[in-house]
Amino acid sequence: MKSNVGKILSTAAITAVISTGAAAGTLDDVKAKGYLQCGVSQGVPGFSNADDKGNWSGIDVDACRAVATAIFNDPSKVKFTPLSAKERFTALQSGEIDMLSRNTTWTFTRDVSLGLDFTAITFYDGQGFMVHKELGVKSAKDLDGATVCTQSGTTTELNMADFFRKNNMSYVPVIIQKADEAVAAYDSGRCDVFTTDKSGLAAWRTKLKNPKDNIILPETISKEPLGPVVRQGDEQWKDLVTWVLFAQVNAEEMGINSKNVAEIKKTTKDPAIMRLLGVDSDMGKDLGLSADWAYNVIAKVGNYGEEFDRNVGKDSPLDLPRGLNNLWDNGGIMYAPPVR
Amino acid sequence: MNDIKDPSKKSFLYDAGTRSLVFQVVLLAIVIYVCYYLFSNLQANLDSRGITTGFAFLNEPAGFPILIHLISYTEADTYGRAFLVALINTFVISLLGIILATIIGVIMGLARLSRNWLVARLATVYIETLRNIPLLLQMFFWYFAVLAALPTPRNSYEFADFLLNKRGIYSPSPITQEGFSIAVAGFIVSIVISIALIIWAKKRQTRTGLWFPAYWSSLGIIVVITFLAFAAAGFPLEFNLPHKTRFNVSGGMVLPPEFVAVLVALSTYTGSFIAEIVRAGILSVNWGQTEAARSLGLRDSLTQRLIVLPQALRVIIPPLTSQYLNLAKNSSLGAAIAYPELVSVVMGTTLNQTGQAIETIGLCMLVYGSLSLSISLFMNWYNKKMSLIER
Repeated sequence: MKSNVGKILSTAAITAVISTGAAAGTLDDVKAKGYLQCGVSQGVPGFSNADDKGNWSGIDVDACRAVATAIFNDPSKVKFTPLSAKERFTALQSGEIDMLSRNTTWTFTRDVSLGLDFTAITFYDGQGFMVHKELGVKSAKDLDGATVCTQSGTTTELNMADFFRKNNMSYVPVIIQKADEAVAAYDSGRCDVFTTDKSGLAAWRTKLKNPKDNIILPETISKEPLGPVVRQGDEQWKDLVTWVLFAQVNAEEMGINSKNVAEIKKTTKDPAIMRLLGVDSDMGKDLGLSADWAYNVIAKVGNYGEEFDRNVGKDSPLDLPRGLNNLWDNGGIMYAPPVR
Repeated sequence: MNDIKDPSKKSFLYDAGTRSLVFQVVLLAIVIYVCYYLFSNLQANLDSRGITTGFAFLNEPAGFPILIHLISYTEADTYGRAFLVALINTFVISLLGIILATIIGVIMGLARLSRNWLVARLATVYIETLRNIPLLLQMFFWYFAVLAALPTPRNSYEFADFLLNKRGIYSPSPITQEGFSIAVAGFIVSIVISIALIIWAKKRQTRTGLWFPAYWSSLGIIVVITFLAFAAAGFPLEFNLPHKTRFNVSGGMVLPPEFVAVLVALSTYTGSFIAEIVRAGILSVNWGQTEAARSLGLRDSLTQRLIVLPQALRVIIPPLTSQYLNLAKNSSLGAAIAYPELVSVVMGTTLNQTGQAIETIGLCMLVYGSLSLSISLFMNWYNKKMSLIER
């Protein structure tokens, strides 16, 4: 009998994991419980990282806070679930979290066959290589025969395999479960190369023993569009998460930021701005939000540019250039559909 | 008017055998229904979410290389092949770990009982330290300790044709030449002769009481005959020597630090538990047994081997089995330090690339389940063989 009970319990456990997540009505669920449950990383500086007091910060964290602000007008009504690379999709599929904002690359397989929907892109990234300076490597094409450290459970592994195959080079993979240990192994000299997204390389480099002894190679070997993910089948929720980000991008484009938004709301005559801030029309009703949701997001979390500078850009230790993530009218490809 | 029924014609309903059969059938039906319900619910949910299912992915190309593979494998091979590679890695580390842990455990268990104060205390310190520190921490310790202590590939330590650096221990790899099968044949013949010798010696001892050093002679026979066959074939073996290249060392065979760290961590950790089991087993044998053996004139070593150990084994084997099972399951922690075993390759990379969570986790559960069951079956068989035969 014992074995039968075991069978039932294990099947039940698997089934429960899959079936508890209600496909529709995420917004109602979130409103009912009074907070947003957001899946983030276990610590990637600039994206989602907790300090020693447990306060989360980063561009992915701000995406969660912006959604929470749109719903509750309070950026603190978020609970964060740190997830490993391989736990993240299961956590979202099972309904353990309401949205996943964990430097996750938008790919065909993930979008089409995992029962997930990608919303919008918060960061255009690409995979690169970091090597020990003493090796004298100048280009990724010189890496034939190198030993490469990376974290398991990410697109990084596949891109790396594709890159070496395409260039007819061999390599030795050292695949470690957590990024911390993968970087430690690289730092100790187990590997010649550490590879991940370039933003990640910049972040990790600051944590090495001697950051100056390591260089990031110029090649970018992949497209890594990162953004929040939601469950498939809840269009209202998907629209909400998507448009919170679009509102922040539009705000930057219109020159609205957290400091001047109150002033602009009072004085503006621009109909586009009036629509965005909910001055004379209600753009929130169909999303299930209040009319001033975008105003709240901009006032309490900021526009996209502020978010970028604060977490990964010029006001942060990472000091990444805006590059592709600049607005479309400023040399980048960050572009949001209009609010009308 | 005959109200008293014939006891042999009891009602169908009141028959104990029938009743228990009915209950069993009903219970089985309920279990099957619940399983079916859960399974179909799972299927329906997966379908409605648009999550693809099935094991078709096992035939697709994997696209990633694996650090340690004992069968040929390249990134152009399938996920199924990658699964097989990982499976072999798990088996190898479990098997070697069990052998090493047993050796360490027996030595440390005996050492703790030693009359030599220093030896006994050292064994105590070893046992108490290692079994009270989490295994994962010990793995990290060995991994990063090994890495920190060794030089970079360019500054490798070299002895003869061996190289030692952070990437592992490189040794010449043998390449068999024509005529190697003669040496193999010689080896097989020598083993057959040895087995025959051991059987003969045992029979003779039972018949006449005379003792013959069969094991030592067998060893001699195997070494001499194999060597002669090898020489007769003209030493048909060449070596591929390791040599330094720009980044790494190529050629030869390599024992990567991940493998060494996992093996050392698993065997020393489990060895400390086995040591205590061995000590308990030996202490469980009544001192009177030893006294009786001595009064019969047996030497100390023979007393241990023929009187104490066989009786101690009956106490040792059952808890030893659970230690072996623990070791096999703990090998999954190797994923944390890049040892490419099942959890790392199947539940890590394969799951990530295909998104087939239920299938990959199911495969892993199946493997660990059958690995544990086979260890368990083997140890139960051994336990039965060693148990006291009462006459």
